[in-house]
This record gives sequence, structure tokens and C-alpha cells, in this order.
Amino acid sequence: MTLFVHELRRGWRALAIWAASICGMMLICLMMFPEMKAQMSGLTDMFARMGAFTAAFGMDKISFASPLGFYGIECGNILGLGGAMYAALLGAAALGGEEAGHTAEFLLTHPVRRGRVAAEKLLAVLAQVLILNLLALLTGYLGFLAVGEAVSAADFLRMHAAWLAMQLELACLGFGLSPFLRGGLGASMGLSLGLYFLSLAANISEKAAFLRWISPFSYCEAADVLANGRLDAPLLAVGLAYALIAACIGWQRFARKDVCG
Amino acid sequence: MKPIIEIEHLTKFYGKNRGVNDLSLSVSEGEVFGFIGPNGAGKSTTIRAMLGLISPTSGSVRLFGQGVRRGDASALAEVGYMPAEAAFYRGMRVGEVISLSAKLRRMDCAAEARRLCDRLQLDVRRRVEELSLGNRKKVSIVCALQHRPALCLLDEPTSGLDPLMQEAFFDLLEERHAAGGTIFLSSHVLGEVQRHCQRAGVIREGRLIACDRVENLSRTRARRVTLHGVNRLSLPGMRDVQSEKRALRFLYDGDMAALISALQGLPVDDMTITEPPLEEIFLHFYEEGGDRA
Repeated sequence: MTLFVHELRRGWRALAIWAASICGMMLICLMMFPEMKAQMSGLTDMFARMGAFTAAFGMDKISFASPLGFYGIECGNILGLGGAMYAALLGAAALGGEEAGHTAEFLLTHPVRRGRVAAEKLLAVLAQVLILNLLALLTGYLGFLAVGEAVSAADFLRMHAAWLAMQLELACLGFGLSPFLRGGLGASMGLSLGLYFLSLAANISEKAAFLRWISPFSYCEAADVLANGRLDAPLLAVGLAYALIAACIGWQRFARKDVCG
Repeated sequence: MKPIIEIEHLTKFYGKNRGVNDLSLSVSEGEVFGFIGPNGAGKSTTIRAMLGLISPTSGSVRLFGQGVRRGDASALAEVGYMPAEAAFYRGMRVGEVISLSAKLRRMDCAAEARRLCDRLQLDVRRRVEELSLGNRKKVSIVCALQHRPALCLLDEPTSGLDPLMQEAFFDLLEERHAAGGTIFLSSHVLGEVQRHCQRAGVIREGRLIACDRVENLSRTRARRVTLHGVNRLSLPGMRDVQSEKRALRFLYDGDMAALISALQGLPVDDMTITEPPLEEIFLHFYEEGGDRA
């Protein structure tokens, strides 16, 4: 697992920056909750009457005044979108980054099969996404303790599990694109933001509801997770299939491509 | 002697662009083989095919009797490779890069790495992005040699190294060779191939145009001659003659004594005789002389 450890060492600084930014913003949001809660009776009605905007963010299904409702929408967007961008970027840079940084020649002239290189790199990507989400989970837990709100542990963990699954899927999608890219910043931002907006579109219009089967953001909407008390298994299964297919494509392409620098 | 490198009819095209074309050569155990050619001739493509970094369009490469396939790294355990342009992971220190290279080989090469760093005066504490080209080359040398490979594949190894370090590098190669190692050295510097290799192949526009013992290849002892004070001279072996008002420049591969005799009595003010660049030799001798492979 030399390469796995090497990838974690290379990535720790970026992980620290993304984690500090995401967790910091989540904490700030949570700290604002007690003050907002006091003014929330009017705001909840207002949020529930904003038509397409309300539907897009699922505010018609959960109460903004409840701690988990507030957490799911506010912190969910921060962790969902921030984590998605981080995961897609990690995945997209995993293999193509070696050629962009001209280190592929160094790495691939050692007696390590390309399949193993790809597998250890993918594991390192998934591990970093997992670490980010564990830190976010801890932040959420400490945040609720700090503001003195008791929430359902099952609902809290279920939401975080959904966000983690979405980010792991995006990491795999980025990884699938990775051997076709040199770098991957643009593609990863496009991928994560594009899928996020597809999910919003699916919430707003009935005609676009089929987009739920494409975007991983669909199965991690806090509103649905809290309202249904479970994750949407069919959507999750489709997402898992996309992730596996993308990872296999990335793995295969990397094993078979010419490396010239 | 058992063949270590066997390349048969290797052809590689990148889309429509030529890499190498129908190249065949063999290097035996314990040989120091020079691979000479101008930039873009196909030297690096040939080496990348040997390393399994690229897949041939046609033909085959065998190392240690085993076919090389793209992505299959099994033959690389016995290979030390030094690329023409060394690049490492930003943020790492020299010592970390060398240690990573050893770990990827699942070997403890710490003692040999220390010895090589001492010989090359390489500071292992520096970050790789702070290194000059020459120092990056030194890191590459240590990574290529620390596991005492049976085969060294070296792509333009001396570019960027100062003359003292070039000497230290060739001393290290001599030691590896004395220990039974096989060396494959690509270069566009004729002199270093002449000095250090037993056999050499000359590649031009993707084709191997000559492959022989170095003394046979070097028999064309062409020199670039510049005479000041005269502008006319005719001798067998003069090529690429450029006459100016009071100067004469030409490539000369004839008898040197005949040239000196012919200059007797001529009003020569000054004279220089230099080794021509390899490209000139290829252009005016190998091209006209045809293939010698």
C-alpha cells in the first residue's frame, strides 16, 4: 500500500484546507441557529411559500425551524456542494494528474502494475472523502452540543450517510474521467455543479423528474431523508452502479493508455 | 552472451506522426550500448516501448527474454530508468522521493542511496521544486541505480549535468557495468558514446541507420575545418564546402596528413579544426552513405 500512503500524504494539505473551510462554514451556520430559531415562525411560512425555490431546496417537506431541518438544508448544502466539488476534483486528478505533472514516467517505470496503481489511487481518493465526511460529522455533532439542541442520532447519521454516498459516487465519476483528462479542475467543477443543478431542476419541474435518476444529489436531499426516515434505495443502487461503471472505465483506460510524459 | 534487450521490427506511430519505424536491435548481457540520434529521432519512443509505457503499433520488445506489454511492470524490477526530463511530486524532499522509489520496488536501498547521494553531492533535505535541472538529474540517477539494477535504461542522462558530475556519473555506470550490469544509453553527444560505449546504434527519423561496434562507427572521423586567409582548396573527403571572401569552411573526413600537406605554402592566417555536431555527421555522411545497420 505504498502508493495509497503516498497519495494520502500528498493530499493531506488540500484535505485540511477543504475540511477547515467546509467544517468552519457548517459551524458558523449552526452557531446562528439559536438566534434564527427565535425569529423563525415568520420565516418558515415565508420559505414555504417561495414556489419553485421552495421545492428546489425541499423546504416544503421539512421545517426550517427544527434543528435537523435547518442543519439538513443549510449545512447540507455546504457539505453537499463543497464535498461534491472536493470529491470530483480528487477523482478527476487521480490519474490524469500524473501526466499533467509529468510524474507518470517516474511512477510507471517502477515494478507496480498499472491496475494496482489505479486501485490504490482510487482507494486513497475514497479514503480522503471519508475523512472529510467524518470531520464534518464530528463538526455537526459538536455544533449541536454547543447550541444545546438534541437531535435524532438516527436521522443525523442517515443524512451524513447520504452525503457521503453522493460524494463517493462523484469521486468515482471523476475517477472514470481522469485518464481522459490532464489535470481535471474544470471537468470536476463542471461535473459536480452540473449534477447539482440537474437535481434542482428535477425538484422544480415534473417534466425534469427523470433527472433524479442521473444526479446523485437526488438521493441525499435532507428533506427526503428526514421526511421518509430512510434513504431512497433504488436511487442509491443506481448511483452505486454509476460509480462502479465509472471506476471500471477509469481503471481499464488507465491500464491501456500510452503514457508519454 | 544472453540477450537482455531484443527489439524486433518495432514500429510506433502516434496517430499520423512517426515515432519509430521497423526498428530492430539486440543488446547482450554486460554490454554498454549507445543509442545515438538527434532530437526527435525516436530514441525516447524506443525506450518507452521497452518500459511498457507505450504499446507498439507493430513489432515486439523483449527484456530478459520476456515480452514487454503496456502496463505490465513485471520486467521493471530489474530495470533502472533515468528519463530525459526528470519530474517529481511537488512538495516532496529529495530523500522522500528516493525512499518512495525504493518502497515502490519493495526494497531497502537506504545504504546504496546514501552512497550515491554522497558521490553526487546531493542534498536529500531540499524540496524537489527548488532543484535545478542538474540536481533533478542527480535524483533520477539515484532512483535509477539505488536498487543495483541488471539493466540501466538511460535517456539523455548527462544533459544538465556539469562536467564534473558527468564524470562522477560515468564512474558510477562503470561500477554498475563491472558488477555485471547492462547499460543502454541514449544520447545525442557522439563523444560520450564513443568514450563509454562498446556498441552503438544510430537512429534517424525513426529508423536505425547504423548499428555496430563504436570503433567501426567512429571510423568516419569527420572534422569541421575553418581556414582563414584562403578561400579555395580541393581535396578528396571535403564536403559541405562554404567559401567566403577570405575564409573556407568544410567538413573533412579524408586523411589529416593530406590536408596538412595541402596547406603547406598557402597563406593561412588562422585555422580551426573541431568535431562537428552529430547532426552534421548524420546529414553529410550517414544519409549519403546509406544504412549501415
